[in-house]
Amino acid sequence: MNALSIAGLSKTYGGNVHALKGIDLDVPDGDFFALLGPNGAGKSTAIGIISALVNKTAGKVEVFGHDIDQEPEAAKASIGLVPQEFNFNVFEPVLPTVLNVAGYNGISRKVALTRAEYYLKKLDLWDKRKTASRQLSGGMKRRLMIARALVHEPRLLILDEPTAGVDLEIRRSMWEFLTELNEQHGTTIILTTHYLEEAEALCRNVAIIDGGEIVERGAVSQLLSRSMQETFVLDTRGNPDVAPELPPFTLRLRTENRMEVDVPHGHTINELFQGLSGQGIEITSLRNKTNRLEEFFLRLVKRKTGDGA
Amino acid sequence: MSQTIRNEASEDAVSLTDTTAQAHAEPLDLMAINRIAFQTIVRKEIRRFARIWVQTIVPPSINAVLYMLIFGSLIGSRISDMDGFRYIDFIVPGIIMMAVIINSYSNVVSSFFSSKMQNYIEELLVSPVSNLTIVIGYVCGGMARGLLVGSLVALVSLFFSEIRPVHPLVTISVAVLTSMMFSLGGLINAVFAKSFDDISIVPNFILTPLTYLGGVFYSISMLPPVWQTLSMFNPMLYMINGFRYGILGTSDIPIWTSFLVILIFIALLGTIAMTLLNRGTGIKH
Ligand SMILES: Nc1ncnc2c1ncn2[C@@H]1O[C@H](COP(=O)(O)OP(=O)(O)OP(=O)(O)O)[C@@H](O)[C@H]1O
Ligand SMILES: [Mg+2]
Repeated sequence: MNALSIAGLSKTYGGNVHALKGIDLDVPDGDFFALLGPNGAGKSTAIGIISALVNKTAGKVEVFGHDIDQEPEAAKASIGLVPQEFNFNVFEPVLPTVLNVAGYNGISRKVALTRAEYYLKKLDLWDKRKTASRQLSGGMKRRLMIARALVHEPRLLILDEPTAGVDLEIRRSMWEFLTELNEQHGTTIILTTHYLEEAEALCRNVAIIDGGEIVERGAVSQLLSRSMQETFVLDTRGNPDVAPELPPFTLRLRTENRMEVDVPHGHTINELFQGLSGQGIEITSLRNKTNRLEEFFLRLVKRKTGDGA
Repeated sequence: MSQTIRNEASEDAVSLTDTTAQAHAEPLDLMAINRIAFQTIVRKEIRRFARIWVQTIVPPSINAVLYMLIFGSLIGSRISDMDGFRYIDFIVPGIIMMAVIINSYSNVVSSFFSSKMQNYIEELLVSPVSNLTIVIGYVCGGMARGLLVGSLVALVSLFFSEIRPVHPLVTISVAVLTSMMFSLGGLINAVFAKSFDDISIVPNFILTPLTYLGGVFYSISMLPPVWQTLSMFNPMLYMINGFRYGILGTSDIPIWTSFLVILIFIALLGTIAMTLLNRGTGIKH
């Protein structure tokens, strides 16, 4: 069964903003799924409709087979939502914030206390349980929203930019936490992010949405193998005066001892290195210029808006 | 944090998976969900006004004491009896009712409006709780405050007057129903409100004047006939007089008319509130 099944979903705000133009999307049970797209693409709108915060204009949404119009309670009970914007009572301390939402989901006080303690400890917020949420740092607020979304142990967790404004260390530990949730508890996870590295590290499948339409979808690995080229940054022991000619590679000089190279799909780094050492250029280090998914994404989105590649 | 996660994962994995599996094996028990959700909303609402008691409980109580001091003890002693009662005894029921009305209304309008402004109404919208439970929960929260402040004012009034309710059941039911009615009104106001001004307009410019004109301080039989007729269109008249009937045993209005008017308003406002929530007016895009 699909965790999420969307057909012909569209949303028009105020009669003229077409945020979603009839999207179809299936997310299988147990998947770790990324919904990517530039600002204003319609990601939050789609998530809002799935989780009953936004009224749709047309289309059909099912969560674990429960139609959101026919069986809204069953659909909502299986979703945990971490929204893009903070949405808790800023005067309410951390623990009651989580307990309230447990209560709204019909979880008895006793069970709610155990679960709240479990998730707050896991997300490193237990010490802050008596702190009003407005006194938390941005990263703590994000983690509070995750704990709050999990307290009813939903089968589908939807996170809208969960790592925005979160420091590197905490981001890594969130990744670990989400991976564990997905692998050990079988929770289906859908997330949006602007860090393509994050999607590549975590997700099995992606859909890329732009201008309210899905422009690309598939397994992350499959999309990556379709990348046309990869760009690397090379540090050298001194560049030549002009960029080396080395077809099929394209090289550009950057600083005195740094250059960039485009490696077309199907060619190896070995070929590149042989060519460069043939010209007496010594390489001291090599790294990807951008994350691979990022390159793919940028080309896709640029192609659509027609201002490049 | 990564440490915590790694260490605890293995210990708790089993219990966590177990509860998850159980939870999904059974179909949803909507009755149980709504019962617990209702308790949660009411508890949260009471905690809210209790936490800020200096703003929510103290000022209305002081106001009521001032009314009793000034109109009752100071000026009242120079006013002759009203409908056969000492002036202070005549106005106490109205003053209690004013507190019930304003506090029930204010509690729901501010609480629901804040949840909308800060978006934490979304916590309820994404949960499997029914709109009816949300309405009843917020209304009970408003009633808790309205009736609490009303009771405090009633307690204080014992220092100024010697009245005892003649019909205790009528007294209590008029207070409870009126509180319910104005809590619903506060909810509807909050749904439409877009700014903090919008939640103070109705209490300041409609509720307060209407209670003053609804016979808190006078019997409408004292008014010229035109004003008597006009007063009949003021809903407050029915609540204040119903309550006064409960306490003093006298009223400008037959008691069943009072009940009827209050019940009609509750039905009307309740329907409007449910329709608004079902449509998502002011809450969903
Ligand atoms: N409440 C609203 N009223 C009117 N228009 C809206 C509303 N919410 C979103 N929009 C519009 O709908 C479009 C999609 O917005 P949405 O928030 O879904 O994008 P997004 O993909 O989540 O973007 P971001 O990455 O910036 O969060 C945008 O053009 C936005 O301006
Ligand atoms: Mg968004």
